[in-house]
Formats: sequence, structure tokens, C-alpha cells
Amino acid sequence: MNQFLFEMANIRDQDSWVHQHEPEKATAKAKDLVRMAVARVRGEGALPYNMVPVTKSALVIGGGVTGMTAALAFADQDYPVTLIEQSDMLGGNGRNIYRNWKGERFLPFINDLAARVTSHPQISVKFNSAIKDVAGSVGKFSTTFSDGQSFEHGVAVVAVGGEPYQPEGKWQFLHGVNPNVHTLLELDKKFIDQDESLKSIDQAVFMHCVGSRIPERPYCSRVCCTHAVDAAIKLKELNPEMDIFMLYRDVRTYGQRERLYQEARGKGIIFVRYDLDHLPQVSEESGRLMIRCHDPIIDADIAIQPDMLVLATAIQPRAQSAGSLSKFFKCAIDGQGFLLEAHMKLRPVDFATAGVFLAGLCHYPKSMEESIAQAKAAAARASVILAQDAVPAESVTAVVNRAKCTGCGVCTEVCAFNAVSLDDNGLSVINTAMCKGCGACVAGCRSDAVTLKNIGNEQIMAAVDAAFCD
Amino acid sequence: MTNQTSETSKTSQTNWEPKIIAFLCNWCSYAGADLAGVSRFQYPPNIRIVRVPCSGRVSANILLSALKSGADGVLVSGCHPGDCHYISGNYFARRRFALLNNLLDFVGIEPGRVHFSWVSASEGEQFAEVVKKVTDKVKTLGPATRLVKSIDTVQAA
Repeated sequence: MNQFLFEMANIRDQDSWVHQHEPEKATAKAKDLVRMAVARVRGEGALPYNMVPVTKSALVIGGGVTGMTAALAFADQDYPVTLIEQSDMLGGNGRNIYRNWKGERFLPFINDLAARVTSHPQISVKFNSAIKDVAGSVGKFSTTFSDGQSFEHGVAVVAVGGEPYQPEGKWQFLHGVNPNVHTLLELDKKFIDQDESLKSIDQAVFMHCVGSRIPERPYCSRVCCTHAVDAAIKLKELNPEMDIFMLYRDVRTYGQRERLYQEARGKGIIFVRYDLDHLPQVSEESGRLMIRCHDPIIDADIAIQPDMLVLATAIQPRAQSAGSLSKFFKCAIDGQGFLLEAHMKLRPVDFATAGVFLAGLCHYPKSMEESIAQAKAAAARASVILAQDAVPAESVTAVVNRAKCTGCGVCTEVCAFNAVSLDDNGLSVINTAMCKGCGACVAGCRSDAVTLKNIGNEQIMAAVDAAFCD
Repeated sequence: MTNQTSETSKTSQTNWEPKIIAFLCNWCSYAGADLAGVSRFQYPPNIRIVRVPCSGRVSANILLSALKSGADGVLVSGCHPGDCHYISGNYFARRRFALLNNLLDFVGIEPGRVHFSWVSASEGEQFAEVVKKVTDKVKTLGPATRLVKSIDTVQAA
């Protein structure tokens, strides 16, 4: 069946699920919704599928592990890829992390990945680069970079990653003030540099959920519990005599990572729970760190004077995902600035905008395995488009009834896509290849001369009328 | 006569429930309404959603004809400023709505019958809030008779 003959009466998401305690009213509403959908679809006709030839190349935004994985997935299928990276180095956040929860080091893996990317004949990497403008749509995008060059591509994968929250306010805990307060990534840097001073530490404290699960950032950053527990185990490996305390709200070492938690307990690492009403107090007393908190299990206030305090800070989206990037590719963003997929379960790596896909930390906090899997998924979904010679473009476009057109030109002014112009007779003509079907010209037309295929005034008004015929 | 009687009984009924037509843009507000469903945010069952590609698609003509058809209230909701899938459609909607308010006022449609809002695809809870607010407002205004009844009266006469 021609897909433009389809209309849905949304009686689940917009009726039964939102009126669970009013079944009779919900049923009455469902009847209306069905009547409205029937009235609307009666006025619709089959539309031809406008096809756009596919430019068989991909743009990957972000040169972290996720972006590199996606780029290789395209390139290994022989599609040309342009990978743009804002810094002068591939690897992203992964370069700052010592090892994963299985004990595998990141740097050799990332260096290998970066070497494969830079030496791949189908991948061209642009460093120190940002996006200046994006035109076109699925099958044929044209993206202009900050250096003025442009690239034509059929699909795009957004993998701009995230960034660590920098402790501030009541979550600062003397970070940046006392030299012995570090974030997890700063501790990882010491591990990577094989800093000998770590061995002489007698006592260390880890603070979980710094900046996570609070009103400003209500989400769990998911990887920090595992990361903190693993870092504590690493410290125990360096100095088995070290006393380590984990100040936590809830421990989420999920899945097989639970073994790390058991190992940590086995090694004598002490877990002390805190809550938002009883935030641990960090101060400096005669030059030493002093942490006071309440241990609910022994129901006693405790004081610790550690040599080092490590903050497991939240992951937050990069400002650019919520800013220009989401506008260029018309990607939805959530309340925190993470990019939002088209559907959590049915289309987890697609954006609502066709031809644009997402993967990695720009989506929400996740482990590197998940980011890699998602990068491959995004590339696979995008390859479905690249494997075709042409893809359907917008079929719901505006049409002009030239007998009614008075040539006022309002339609040409309201069109954001330059799809409408006045012909030699001064009458409106629509370039259907450029029309996106928004209907701005239809609503703007004073003569009722422009209509949108299948979404004309008649269909909309028929649907509205049907709501009142009970 | 029949029409008038039914109108009168509609008004006098204590358990009168308004019907509100909501024109939601396909990319933000309609998806926000779906998210409200998936998240089970409850809201009053008075709205009837009509999906449109963009809030900029909703002309004064469509909005007025909804009131003429018997809608007690109308809600137009689109993407947040700057987030329009069609770049600028929601700005046109906002401008059109600002102008239309003057006309509505002139013809005697009470302020509070016609609402405009921004709801993004991630704002299921906000969508439920908007619907609650709009429904409450329309309920306090009572049935819309200005456009419907006068026409019925003319026909009846």
C-alpha cells in the first residue's frame, strides 16, 4: 500500500496510557480519535515517491573511539568517509582513561584504532575542524567546515562525545584548592604516567556521584562507580597496605562488574553510604584534608584524614551538541543537552531526521563497549541508505492552484528552503525537490491557492469536524 | 430550536466536559505527547490531537474553523524557538498567533480559549502540564458558544 494512504489514530500513547484512571472518557476519546483519523484519511490520495540519488559517502563528527569505530565501519565497506575532529588528535576522552573494568589498557587500543583510521585510504581526517553549515537532506547533504571547504555526503554520524563535570559549588570539595583532591580522570593520568607517589599514599577516599543524580543533572552517569572501584583496586595493587574508603550513594557496578565490587570488598575497601541531606564535609585542617561524614551502618559520625581525595564526577554533554550541531542536523536534544534518539527501543541510533545517526557519550553516559557497539549500529543503519542508489525524498510537498494564485509572493518569503518562486507570469511555483512539506506557504496564502498534499485544509478540517459529530 | 435546546442543556449540565483541539507539530510536540504516554504522565482526556507537520502550518483559517466546529478551546504547540525542524515555522506561528489574538478578542472569543505553547520531543511531563493548564482554563470559561451558537441560531432561524 502507498504509505501516504496511512493515518494512525493514536489511541495508545495519546489516550489509554495517559488516561489510565478514566476508562470511560478514554474510550469516548478513542472513538473520536478513530473518527478523526478516518475523516482525515478519506481525503488523502496515493503520492508518488520522489527519489533522491544517494551520495555514497559518510560524514562522521567526532574523532573519539566512537567516531573512529563508525568511520572504520563505513570505510571497510569501501564508502569514502570524512572524519572531523575539533582537536589535533584522535582518541577523545578515551586517552584520559587508564583501563577498562576487564583490566584492558585503553591507550594501546586507541593508538591502534587511530593508526588504522589515519592510514585507511577511504578515510580523510580533518583536525582542528568544526562545522560551519549544513545543507541538504538524506541522500545528499552538503556540509561546510570551518576552513571553508565543503563535503557532500549521503549520511552523517554524530559522535561528539561528552565531557567530565568540573566540580563546583557544594560539589567542589576543595578540588583545585587542595593539591590532593583529584577527579577520577586526574587519578587515571597518574596511573598512565606511572606516578610513583601513589605508592606512598596511606589513606585514600573516593567520593561517588559528584554532580550526578542531583536536580541539575538527575541522571546516573553509569560508568563512574565501576571506574572508581577499579581505580581503588589499582591503588590496592600499588600499595596493599593503603586504607581506602568509598563514600557512595548507591553502587552501580552492574552486570559482571559486580565482581569488581566483590573484589574491592575482599581487599578491605570500606564502603560508607551518604545521602544528599548528609553530604560529606571536606575541609583543610592544619594543612591536611579532613573529611567528616556519617556512617549509617554503625550510626556514628566519622572523620577521615586522607592523603588523597578522588571525586567520581558526572559525565555531561558537550555544549556544542546542544548548540549549533543539533540545529545544523535538526537533532532533538533532551533537557540536559544530550542528543535524543528517534525512539528508545525501535530506532535507538537514528535521529528523527532521516540520514543522521548518533552514537557514544553525546547520547547519554555509557561505557566504551556500549559506545563501540552503538557506533557499529549507527554505521550499519546508515549503510542501509548508502547501499541504495536512491532514497525516497519528501513526497508530501506543496502544490499551487494557479487559477487561485494572485501572485502576492508571501509564499516565497515564508519558505525557509527557497523552494517557492514566482514565474514569468508572476504566479507561484513550487520546486518539489527542495520543498520539505512544512506548510508555511499554505498557512501564509491569503487566496487558499497553495495546499499541502494530503495535509490540506480539507483534511485537517475534516479531522477536526469529526471530533464533534458524536 | 433543537439546536438551541441542546446548547442550553449542554451549558446547564454540571458534568460538562470541554473538547479541546490540539494542533501539534510532528517533530516536537506530537513526539512530546507520545513521550507523555510512554512515561504514563496522566492528563485530562479533553484534548483531541491533530497532527500537523509544523505549527507554522496552522493558519488562522484552520484555527477559527475548529472553534466554529464546536471546539471549546484550541491549543497550538510547536518546537521551542530555534529548534523548528523547518527552521522558522514556529516563529511564523508565534507571529500569526499574536495577531490572531487581536481578532479573537474583537469577535468576542475570551482570552484563554486559544493557547500556544512550545513543547519539545523530550518534554513529556511538560506536555501533560500544558494540557492540564489549558483544560483547567477552558473549564473555567465554560462552553464556547460565540462562534458555534450564533451560526446555529442563524440556521435555526
